[in-house]
Amino acid sequence: MTGDQRNVDGSRRGAMGAALAVLNRLASTAVLDRLKLRKPLERTVYQATKAGFTAAGAASRTFVVARQSAPQRPRPAGDDGLFDLTPTDEQAMIRDTVAEFAAERLRPVAAEADARCAAPDEVLATVADMGVALVGIPEALGGVGDERSAVTNVLVAEAMAHGDMGLAVACLAPAAVSTALVLWGDEQQQATYLPAFLGSNVPAAALVIQEPRALFDPFSLQTKAYRTTDGFVLDGVKSMVPRATQAELFIVAADVDGRGPALFIVESGTSGVSVESEPAMGLRAAGLGRLRLDQVKVPAGALLGGADAYVECVRLARIGWCALAVGTAQAVLDYVIPYVNDRVAFGEPISHRQGVAFKVADIGIELEGMRLLTYRAAARAERGKSFAREAALARRLCAEKGMLIGNDGVQLLGGHGFVKEHPVERWYRDLRAVGLVEGIVLV
Amino acid sequence: MINLEVPAKFKQLVDQAHQAAAEFFRPHSRKYDQAEHTYPRELDMLAALLDGLSASGGGAGAGGVRRGGAAAAGNQNGANLRLLLGTIEMCWGDVGLLLSMPRQGLGNAAIASVANDEQLARYQGKWAAMAITEPDTGSDSGAIRTTAVLDGDHYVLNGEKIFVTAGERADCVVVWATLDRALGKAAIKSFVVDRGTPGFDLVRLEHKLGIRASDTAHFRLDNVRVHRDNLLGSPEINPTQGFAGVMQTFDNTRPLVAAMAVGVARAALEETRRILTDAGITIDYDRPAFSQPAAAATFLQLEADWEAAYLLSLEAAWMADNRKPNSLQASMAKAKAGRSASDITLRCVELTGSLGYSENSLLEKWARDSKILDIFEGTQQIQQLIVARRLLGKSSSELR
Repeated sequence: MTGDQRNVDGSRRGAMGAALAVLNRLASTAVLDRLKLRKPLERTVYQATKAGFTAAGAASRTFVVARQSAPQRPRPAGDDGLFDLTPTDEQAMIRDTVAEFAAERLRPVAAEADARCAAPDEVLATVADMGVALVGIPEALGGVGDERSAVTNVLVAEAMAHGDMGLAVACLAPAAVSTALVLWGDEQQQATYLPAFLGSNVPAAALVIQEPRALFDPFSLQTKAYRTTDGFVLDGVKSMVPRATQAELFIVAADVDGRGPALFIVESGTSGVSVESEPAMGLRAAGLGRLRLDQVKVPAGALLGGADAYVECVRLARIGWCALAVGTAQAVLDYVIPYVNDRVAFGEPISHRQGVAFKVADIGIELEGMRLLTYRAAARAERGKSFAREAALARRLCAEKGMLIGNDGVQLLGGHGFVKEHPVERWYRDLRAVGLVEGIVLV
Repeated sequence: MINLEVPAKFKQLVDQAHQAAAEFFRPHSRKYDQAEHTYPRELDMLAALLDGLSASGGGAGAGGVRRGGAAAAGNQNGANLRLLLGTIEMCWGDVGLLLSMPRQGLGNAAIASVANDEQLARYQGKWAAMAITEPDTGSDSGAIRTTAVLDGDHYVLNGEKIFVTAGERADCVVVWATLDRALGKAAIKSFVVDRGTPGFDLVRLEHKLGIRASDTAHFRLDNVRVHRDNLLGSPEINPTQGFAGVMQTFDNTRPLVAAMAVGVARAALEETRRILTDAGITIDYDRPAFSQPAAAATFLQLEADWEAAYLLSLEAAWMADNRKPNSLQASMAKAKAGRSASDITLRCVELTGSLGYSENSLLEKWARDSKILDIFEGTQQIQQLIVARRLLGKSSSELR
């Protein structure tokens, strides 16, 4: 019987349809083989996906307490009470350095990293050498940042995403974990985990909040943490985990005994932890995957901060994504301007037409708004002011206008925008993430 | 150091402007919306009060900005930002009444921006309206037909001017006219014409969709003689920068019109939030918008657009305070604030249903008042054109 034969859309598949489906599969395989389209590395990704969840952390390091003292926190940023849009000299210097790195080291390898679903090791090593994460770590803990620096982090994320959003996520993911430890870790947690983030051999690490379901709400988690006599047991599945298969350390959000969410430190070598590669529409260079927690036992000391820390974490992550959206949207604008000025149709550059020019104007207008909202949220956060409203509005605007800019970027290039010869199709795929993602980066 | 909060030193001023808007504007909002063309005499007292506070953020033109002079060292928060913040508060009260504030007209902004010291002193304390638009010339202000011909010590003006805000109530009107139509935009100059000058006739007052508290006049100029000292700026026709000088006024006034849009839109959002809260809707800044009621999600989206308009306006004014060229940012602010104010006020009426649509609420009025803010001082489309030319590096002859 063919009663269980269904087409993709669920309609009943007849004999003709079944034959076509088989033919289609054969044809596509033959074409792939003849053209040798599958590069070895792509096959690796394919295999990783196909293999399903695999035990993680075989190569992970052992985290041991280095020393113990009172937990160190950066002090709030200063405030002279004036409206100002000029970064400090130090911030401008850091931003310019990162912008140069993004232009010279990220943009040229972005397309290949997107195809490979991985960031090149040398890029990640350079970021570690640059010490970008150190800005958020107080001197007493071996870093250079005694003052809260959300705005600096925003400027860094923005500049990096101008090179490539996927690579920026891969590069910034470990800093999110170190920042979380600085902001909410107790002395034991800081002493155990932070030293690893200070050297040049920074571990792959991920701040994990997202879960694989529609209408995901970070304040209503399906990943559970049950309190036991000597710690917690974690259970659930997480998605959009950056560099999932390499990560040695996770900070995972879970609902504690049905009383609301909190963060937990989970080493990848812990029994019951497994990961699976899960490439997505975009952010492919970030090596996204799923994390499965199957009755994972962690000590009582794995709980990072409390409920307030978690709320702050969600908001700071959203500001981080806004910064990434601003950087990518700026890349779109910078790319389409010379394109529409050079492209001639009907005897003149297409930018001489209002239908084209007004789209460019709107990209510029909405992008500047996105940037200002993001800066305001970060500036309030680093001064210790309330920033729930500002983070939410920045998130809303960057999600909506960021995607609009990505969409218009492809549209302005027409057919050329649809092919991989130009980067706008990648930015289009990357910008879709901004409206739905939680966690991963922190400012 | 990046910081986008209201400067500490302006907080008191913002508070005063807010109280003035709440106590003087709001109680009279509906009255003068219905009694169109009636002079809101209550404003005389408020204007006197504001004069006392030395233009503490009153109206569109109160300060204007004097260009030139060396930029002061370091980050400046000055007259532009102060005026902008005051304008937002006053328009939270009522846009039409702000436009009717004595001695705060757009003509005052032009005088303050481009007049010489003698003219500045002569028009101190006068209420000046602005006359640019003609029956056949709206956005294309370079194509105006009103002529000015030198005859001895006087210019003789002939033509027709429409949409002159506060034209009937003002003491004088800044009239744009061309010295020689054949020489194009560079020949366009502005002249201060005192009301009552022979031949300067009020044809009628318009009946409008909104800002009905503000009178909108139509003038005919029939051999109007004004002294040559009434020409603002230089009488020379300089093809390279003549028109640019006149247009420079817009860099100062456009952020202020954006501020008006920001003010009225905030009024609508605040009232809508109150009504929605009464209806049991909670607007949660932490939970994803899609997990909240559609009304709350819509509100968040509107508030995000509002925040962008607000911050773009502050940016444009801050740049002027710091002597940075701000044509691009002024147009960005005007474009974003103009379209957002229309969208926000109209959606607020939709969200609040017949409560907002009724004349028992000011929401329907704000939705009518806001529309003009996306039109005067350069329409949405003109702002987009300016922004596009700047971003693309195109001239007005290339990108028309």
